[in-house]
Amino acid sequence: MNTMRLTGLMRKEVYEIVRDPSSIAIAFVLPLVLLLIFGYGVSLDARRILVAEVVDHPTQLTASFLAELQRSPWFRPTIYPDQASAEQALMQGRANAILWLRSDFTRQSYSTGGAPIHLTVNGVDANQARIIENYVNGTWLLWLQQEATRQGTHLATPVVADARVWFNPALRSRDYLVPGLIAIIMTLIGALLTALVVAREWERGTMEGIMVTPVAKTEILLGKLIPYFAMGMGGMMMSTAMAVFLFGVPLRGSLLVLFGTAALFLLTALGMGLVISVLARSQFVAAMIAIVTTFLPAFILSGFIFDIRSMPKLIQLLTHIVAARYFVTILQSTFLAGDVWPVLLRNAFGMGVLCALFLGIALLRFRKRLD
Amino acid sequence: MRLILQRVLALTVKELLALLRDAASRAVLIGPPIIQLLVFGYAATFDLKHVPFVVYNQDQGRLSRDFIARFEGSPSFSLLRVVHNQDELGQAIDDKSVLMAIDIGPTFTSDIERGRTTHVQLILDGRDSNTAALAMGYAQSIVTSFNEAQIAIHGRKPPSTVLLDRAWFNPNLDSRWFIVPGICGILTLLVSMLTTGLSVAREREMGTFDQLLVTPLRPTEILLGKSLPGFIVGFAEGTFIILVSIFWFHVPFTGSVLGLYIGLFCFLLATVGIGLMISSLAVTQQQGLLGVFLFMVPAIVLSGFATPIANMPQIVQYITLLDPLRYFLIVLRGSFLEGAGVSLFWPQYWPLAFIGVLSMIVASRLFRRRLA
Repeated sequence: MNTMRLTGLMRKEVYEIVRDPSSIAIAFVLPLVLLLIFGYGVSLDARRILVAEVVDHPTQLTASFLAELQRSPWFRPTIYPDQASAEQALMQGRANAILWLRSDFTRQSYSTGGAPIHLTVNGVDANQARIIENYVNGTWLLWLQQEATRQGTHLATPVVADARVWFNPALRSRDYLVPGLIAIIMTLIGALLTALVVAREWERGTMEGIMVTPVAKTEILLGKLIPYFAMGMGGMMMSTAMAVFLFGVPLRGSLLVLFGTAALFLLTALGMGLVISVLARSQFVAAMIAIVTTFLPAFILSGFIFDIRSMPKLIQLLTHIVAARYFVTILQSTFLAGDVWPVLLRNAFGMGVLCALFLGIALLRFRKRLD
Repeated sequence: MRLILQRVLALTVKELLALLRDAASRAVLIGPPIIQLLVFGYAATFDLKHVPFVVYNQDQGRLSRDFIARFEGSPSFSLLRVVHNQDELGQAIDDKSVLMAIDIGPTFTSDIERGRTTHVQLILDGRDSNTAALAMGYAQSIVTSFNEAQIAIHGRKPPSTVLLDRAWFNPNLDSRWFIVPGICGILTLLVSMLTTGLSVAREREMGTFDQLLVTPLRPTEILLGKSLPGFIVGFAEGTFIILVSIFWFHVPFTGSVLGLYIGLFCFLLATVGIGLMISSLAVTQQQGLLGVFLFMVPAIVLSGFATPIANMPQIVQYITLLDPLRYFLIVLRGSFLEGAGVSLFWPQYWPLAFIGVLSMIVASRLFRRRLA
């Protein structure tokens, strides 16, 4: 290892970055655009649920139930004259759910079986449908309680479950999505920055120029890694600042832990990019592999939106080679809960293994030979 | 006319050869989408299974054991262990060994037997807010069914109303039925962007672009020849992916094949057009790659694939109108689940076709300006 040769290579790489500003764009514009879009665009909270209400025979009782729905911030109710027109609205997407109170609703409410409230949801988006059912159910239970108090009777509910959500009591989806997003964006930055850098030199023939110089292959790889690492950390700082100051996500852990784990993760992501670059040799193939292996696996297999524990066992095993999986957990924990060491160490270990693996492969498969 | 056709065809063949001749690029084009469909099809689910939880039961009675057994019996939850104090409970949540903890007070059984309402605490890990919210819903429905059973046993007066819910198009609320058609759309987008997004930049960087310019091909013909492979590969892989969804994942296909394929055609028109736009703007392949990501990632996020468009702020909802995937997902889900046909899809077809034609025109303008 020779520091002069290394700085020389790094300087060359910096010139390369300055000459084609798309690298700078990858490190700074990409996270800016993606965080803005994700931060404002992605929300799993069902708001403005369009409810079509059909009341065959309006009475005081039906009015009090509908008033409860009207008061709730989740629903946007519209009255439809009959079931057929409400079904039409559901088909055309003008309503997410139908509530139907039949003509004998009030009379049946005095009978032993109770009066049925028919709720029909559009089940195409199963997740959303379940959330709507839960919200309607919650509103209905609340109304039952109030109705019982108003009539001076006691509502015989044996068990009431009081749910308390730790770390995110209001269930603000932005608070847990934004940290997860940072992990996905860092995956993209890391892999995109380095995916093409080695393949590019092969394709342009400049690799041959480097080969006749006395530089060692570790120096070549480090010379490529260090400048992009610095840029990636810059992108990370910007993303964290946006998360805290723009989106108001609480940062309960320490900055040291946050950036320490981020550095490890960035090395892993850059290492993955280097592996792609070393193995592909042509920029076109490297680019295709980068597109295929970075965003979608990080989006779907990291536990960012889809729960890993609910996946089939085989797929759960597979998620262990997705570095973003560990970083998503670390970020969500560090932002929302603080420095929880058991979680941190477990996941940092996973990242460390992957990091060593990627850098090892890059070093092994990178040859200073022409064949 | 015949000459033009011949020239475009020759270029198309050359492009397809360039894509498929190289073993590495052939493998990347065909392998990953198929593997990803299988992996993501199984992975992407909102249905909770075996979510671990702990119980802190201070009650000695029979009913609390009944209550816990209902959670254990549910396929959504699995009991990790019984804890014996609050600290242990907090610890289990903190270090993420469980998502949920149930805290049952000492008077659980006696309260119910005396006809009093008893309170149970559910503690959830909010770091996975979406999963926590889902688990909360599942838990509430278990509690509701426990209550109904208790009311029936003790012969108390049931509530005056009952809520009966049912879901159309997907009665068991299987989220895979929703997600797999979405993955079809994403992978079709991926394949068409792969084939077109870098194709011009590559020729520029390799120097073969100048050779192309001295041929009798006109700029429009070059663009046509560059876009046809995207169509062909997109159609072939799209068809394959749709077949896998139907025959492997058993997602019901209730709509019309024609409706779906008109949608696929318009969608490819739009994505190939945008791919060519990126391609003619990019000078280097790295710029092309950046362009592909800057388009593809927001296109997937804002399409309504995992999070509903209706939940987005109004301004973002307007932006989604530019997203071709948004329209194609409606066509895919409509064709698969809702039994919709051509006549219901016009509101999706024309924006796709419009985006396609517009982006093709812009691409050819950009392309010509770059040549001048």
